[in-house]
Amino acid sequence: MKIFVCVKQVMSRDAAVRVDGDGSWVRDDGVAFETNEPDTFALEEGLRLREKHGGEVVAVTAGPARASSTLREALAKGADRAIHIQDNRFARADTHITAAALAAAIGREPHDLILTGLQSDDAGYGQTGVILAEMLGLPHATIIMKIEASGGQFRCKRELEAGWFQTVTLPQPALLTIQSGINKVRYATLMGIKKARRKPVRRYSSADLGIDTQPRQEVQRLYQPQQGKQTEFLEGSAREVADQLLSKLRFEARVI
Amino acid sequence: MSVLVVTEHHRGTWHRISMEAVAAGQQAAQAMQCSLAAAVVGSDVGGLAGDLARKRLSEVVAIDHPQLAAYSADGYAAALRKAIDDLRPRLVLFPHTYQVRDLAPKLAASVGTAFVSDAVGMRFEGGEPIFVRQMFQGKLHADVVPRGAPPHIASVQSGAFRAESAADGDGPAPVRRLAIALGEGDVRSQTGQPYQDAKDAVDLSAAKIIVSVGRGIREPGNIPLAEALARALGGELAASRPICDSGWLPLDRQIGSSGQTVSPDLYLALGISGAIQHVVGMKGSKTIVAVNKDSGAPIFEIADYGIVADLFDVVPKLVEVLGESD
Ligand SMILES: Cc1cc2nc3c(=O)[nH]c(=O)nc-3n(C[C@H](O)[C@H](O)[C@H](O)COP(=O)(O)OP(=O)(O)OC[C@H]3O[C@@H](n4cnc5c(N)ncnc54)[C@H](O)[C@@H]3O)c2cc1C
Ligand SMILES: Nc1ncnc2c1ncn2[C@@H]1O[C@H](COP(=O)(O)O)[C@@H](O)[C@H]1O
Repeated sequence: MKIFVCVKQVMSRDAAVRVDGDGSWVRDDGVAFETNEPDTFALEEGLRLREKHGGEVVAVTAGPARASSTLREALAKGADRAIHIQDNRFARADTHITAAALAAAIGREPHDLILTGLQSDDAGYGQTGVILAEMLGLPHATIIMKIEASGGQFRCKRELEAGWFQTVTLPQPALLTIQSGINKVRYATLMGIKKARRKPVRRYSSADLGIDTQPRQEVQRLYQPQQGKQTEFLEGSAREVADQLLSKLRFEARVI
Repeated sequence: MSVLVVTEHHRGTWHRISMEAVAAGQQAAQAMQCSLAAAVVGSDVGGLAGDLARKRLSEVVAIDHPQLAAYSADGYAAALRKAIDDLRPRLVLFPHTYQVRDLAPKLAASVGTAFVSDAVGMRFEGGEPIFVRQMFQGKLHADVVPRGAPPHIASVQSGAFRAESAADGDGPAPVRRLAIALGEGDVRSQTGQPYQDAKDAVDLSAAKIIVSVGRGIREPGNIPLAEALARALGGELAASRPICDSGWLPLDRQIGSSGQTVSPDLYLALGISGAIQHVVGMKGSKTIVAVNKDSGAPIFEIADYGIVADLFDVVPKLVEVLGESD
């Protein structure tokens, strides 16, 4: 089975978000980056399917030069090779442009299964995978919590709202977007990290792929959200804060 | 030119966010000075269409086909493409549900236009919409504008618009039935009936006090600390999704869009960032306390009492003080 896994590099969870000079994006100097969390689950799922059914796992990213560390991590965990569509624009491209780039690169090769995360931790659009499927003419299913491949079909457990699920069966080839928690992700071993150095990484520029670069949506301005409720912040030593909180809960809110 | 709202129902019962989307649609149509249609898709949707027609709408569009009885991305996208071809709307609004996550990006890609997902607000400049959406895990808000040719597609977050503000019309809106041709091979996926895994062992919806832990608790060995606080307060222990995903607490203690919805008197969030998927499950709580070391964490937007501190400093003190007062 030829499996492509789309992995995006995002600012690390703990990074302080600072709005950039022109107010339309965040500063990325001096912050740490990591692989988008749902994508790590997608990669793990791809590796498990390959281990069961044979074939190949290809990690694909569209991102600036720094995103190569996300590909290296995927290779160290066991991906066979990687594709890097390298362009600074992908640090903040809209989903249409990103999906078009991924479609152009993946569409050149035979593919049985494409996996993406369900949502990116930075932009949080939650749509790149589905757009990619449509561009490649593939059926898709989202928010997947289990995949069984057999007889040219994928039988999937799809998460619905409020703790409900549903089985969705799709013909191969297909695209699935993976929900966090579908599996337990592996760590890269020292051996894996060594081997990764010799694995092939194919690089494309946007021009190589000839993609449509007209954005369909544009972030005009980023800003701190307004406070919805009047929050009363309690200050002091841990003991003082504990005393204050409990007395507020007893006598002001009257909930304990 | 019109605005089109797409409603959602499950086997004849409205998804509760549908009327919030209708409310958003009424605001948009007024600002854009155009008519407002609302679509209902499914099989045997006559009753729903009639119900929807009571709202102040220019028309209801009913797309009825046996193949649409259950949701499928292929079937529903085909149905809505037909509605778009017929109505030529400038703006299509959806409620942001799991089904819409599955459907709207496909629809947008198939007509080559924008899908602005999960908007928490909307305003208009020169008759053109500007959507507000959360980014960077809710730490920032963004003004997002659709680009390129219409129809622009957007979805509105649960709770962003009030269902009660969806006004009724003076008389029933006309219902237009759109016929679509769907063959056997047009829907490539097969879907089963919704089911639940082992039904919730604990029902947290009745709890008066909930102490909830997030990733800030760091490791499973620290869970007993939160447990001790829950016990001292006579409350239940709950968690954000990553804690349950990691198996540190059972799945039936997860709060949020994919877990339980609760509204206790007191919800104490320890090391929880306040992502929208968590917040929808607990924002109805009477009093919300957040302990988080990041003053920019979005949980503070909904907290009544905020403590910007390390939970490992504060929680033991809370347990200590509660112990003294017994
Ligand atoms: C379709 C979908 C459905 C989802 N369903 C749910 C759901 O039902 N429920 C749910 O919870 N999530 C759900 N999520 C995930 C959600 O988007 C968030 O990823 C999740 O809620 C984050 O959990 P968290 O707040 O525990 O972790 P994080 O976002 O990592 O936040 C940890 C917080 O702890 C703070 N912290 C760290 N250390 C300390 C310390 N020592 N003291 C104090 N504070 C500290 C940090 O500042 C941070 O704010 C869903 C996501 C999607 C896309
Ligand atoms: N630049 C990118 N490179 C590779 N994959 C991406 C990129 N952007 C998004 N994706 C994939 O699409 C998923 C959804 O992203 P989004 O639509 O931004 O929420 C992510 O989890 C990734 O799997």
